[in-house]
Amino acid sequence: MVKLTVNDRQHEVDAPGDTPLLYVLRDYLELHAAKYGCGLGQCGSCTVMVDGVAVFSCVTPVMLLEGKKVTTVEGLGTAENPGPMQRAFIEEQAAQCGYCIPGMMMRAQALLQRNPRASDEEIRTHMQPNLCRCGTHARILRAVRRAAGLIQTAEAAPAVRSAAR
Amino acid sequence: MRTRNIAFSLLALVVLGGGAFAAYAWHPAIDPIDPPRRESFDPALVRRGAQLAALGNCNVCHTVPGGQVFAGGLALPTPFGTIYSTNITPDPETGIGRWSEAAFARSMRAGLDRDGSHLYPAFPYNHFTLVSDEDNRALYAYLMTRDPVRAPARENDLPFPLNQRFVLAGWKLLFFREGPYRPAQDQGEEWNRGAYLAEGLGHCGACHTPRNALGAEKRGEHYAGGEAEGWHAYAINAASAAAVPWTTDSMFDYLRRGWHEHHGIARGPMAPVTANMAYVPEEDARAVAAYTVASMGQPSAERQRRAEALLAARGPVGGGARPAASDSQTVPASGGEPGAAIYAGACATCHEAGRPLPFGGINLAFSSGVRGESPENLINVVLNGLPAAEGERAPIMPGFRGVLDDAQLVALLSHLRARFGEAPAWEGLDKAVREARSGDRLASSRPTDSVQAAPADPTQRGTTW
Repeated sequence: MVKLTVNDRQHEVDAPGDTPLLYVLRDYLELHAAKYGCGLGQCGSCTVMVDGVAVFSCVTPVMLLEGKKVTTVEGLGTAENPGPMQRAFIEEQAAQCGYCIPGMMMRAQALLQRNPRASDEEIRTHMQPNLCRCGTHARILRAVRRAAGLIQTAEAAPAVRSAAR
Repeated sequence: MRTRNIAFSLLALVVLGGGAFAAYAWHPAIDPIDPPRRESFDPALVRRGAQLAALGNCNVCHTVPGGQVFAGGLALPTPFGTIYSTNITPDPETGIGRWSEAAFARSMRAGLDRDGSHLYPAFPYNHFTLVSDEDNRALYAYLMTRDPVRAPARENDLPFPLNQRFVLAGWKLLFFREGPYRPAQDQGEEWNRGAYLAEGLGHCGACHTPRNALGAEKRGEHYAGGEAEGWHAYAINAASAAAVPWTTDSMFDYLRRGWHEHHGIARGPMAPVTANMAYVPEEDARAVAAYTVASMGQPSAERQRRAEALLAARGPVGGGARPAASDSQTVPASGGEPGAAIYAGACATCHEAGRPLPFGGINLAFSSGVRGESPENLINVVLNGLPAAEGERAPIMPGFRGVLDDAQLVALLSHLRARFGEAPAWEGLDKAVREARSGDRLASSRPTDSVQAAPADPTQRGTTW
């Protein structure tokens, strides 16, 4: 039995401690945003935030997460009420096949929560671990920049605070 | 009368001594020249210079990552303060454009600026002094035919009196012996070639030999293991901790590729060294390998036996040795102590998958990181991972900074040391982990961009697809 906090909700999951967080999210909690890509922590499609830091959930055994806070794309907003990161990706139409996008959003969120005024250079460096095979990088970068703008506006502030909590 | 005589003698001694020191410390400037035209250099000499510059790793210190090659400006943290590397492009105002070949050769041989002032030994002239006149000529030809970059040198950040360059004359008096290299008569040609390159341009000892309180390499502890930018440079003498003793072949492969399945992966400041070694002539790389392996001496029969047992126990490695199925990501939890459980859950899926290096994780029984004298390297790699190199085949590992807290990391590393290290537990592991995490000890992770931007011979290191 593993206790963990995901998107501000407490869960007790009947999974062995060495189960990757990704499997717990998808198979036990039915949170399907984070994707299985390479399973080796090399592509970034499984990226989520743990205590505000972007991590590869496919290589993170859940036993490490007791007392830590996990945030997934589901924690950034809903389809009806998308958060600033989600809005930015929709408005820039940043997805081609979309498989990498939840990971991209979570890695970008980790950066912008820490530094909403990140420069283009910082954004590029920070986003490097996440791969997109469709090649929509230019749009993804525009979306991250747009999200940075939204996060800095008062309108978007409540959603950011909830994601950061 | 007697007291007066003694006082007078003492005074004379001080004056004479001071005068002698001043004469020793003072060196004339060498006149500036008009920058030589590119066409005045023989292309073959320039090409040889490029290979020598790769052997000397000039690009590594004289380039800011992502910046212009050889334009300097890289901060070199030392226990005494920060020194910034200088611009060695042929820019007449901010680089070495007005240096004659004599001034360049003198800087290499004697550690002097063109104006006669002493250079800080962060520029490893205690090694470069061994370089032959002929090789200095080639290096000069190579550097003077690069694109000039206007980039003024940054002021060093050193306290008084270390910011006074004449102090360095005293340092040189104590620790510096001028070259050039003299071949050892009792050794063969390859050994001598390797010694010339490794002790000279290659300056291996700058990292792999420990330093004394004044920052000089300790004479009696050649290659006994040292420090470099937050990383431990392994002992490469008889104290080498390698699970499988190095051979000339394995060292050659490691130096050229940056990894070897019996040892692990070059990272930190060694990564750009191996990237450079890929460009140097094969016989030079082989000589360096032969010489460094000779420095480790003949491994004992017991060590050899253990290595063979380890290799035999490892089982098959290679493509398809153990196919990675979609359900192969979970390894049965070994239970018991927390470090073992973390290893099984977070590490074993790659490190026991049997996929070959560089993409598969090394079997940790072979890893120098687990066996080395200090936990620094293992901490750095577990926290920060091995970032992918751009545009080339290279190892990669995700970092675990975001998920492992200090206690979990200590538990994991203690387990790895006990299970794979064949060595006593590291002392001060808790403290080392805390420092690495808090940023008190910064570990460099240099991209190999600067190496790719100044290849000596790009044809030797192409992508294989």
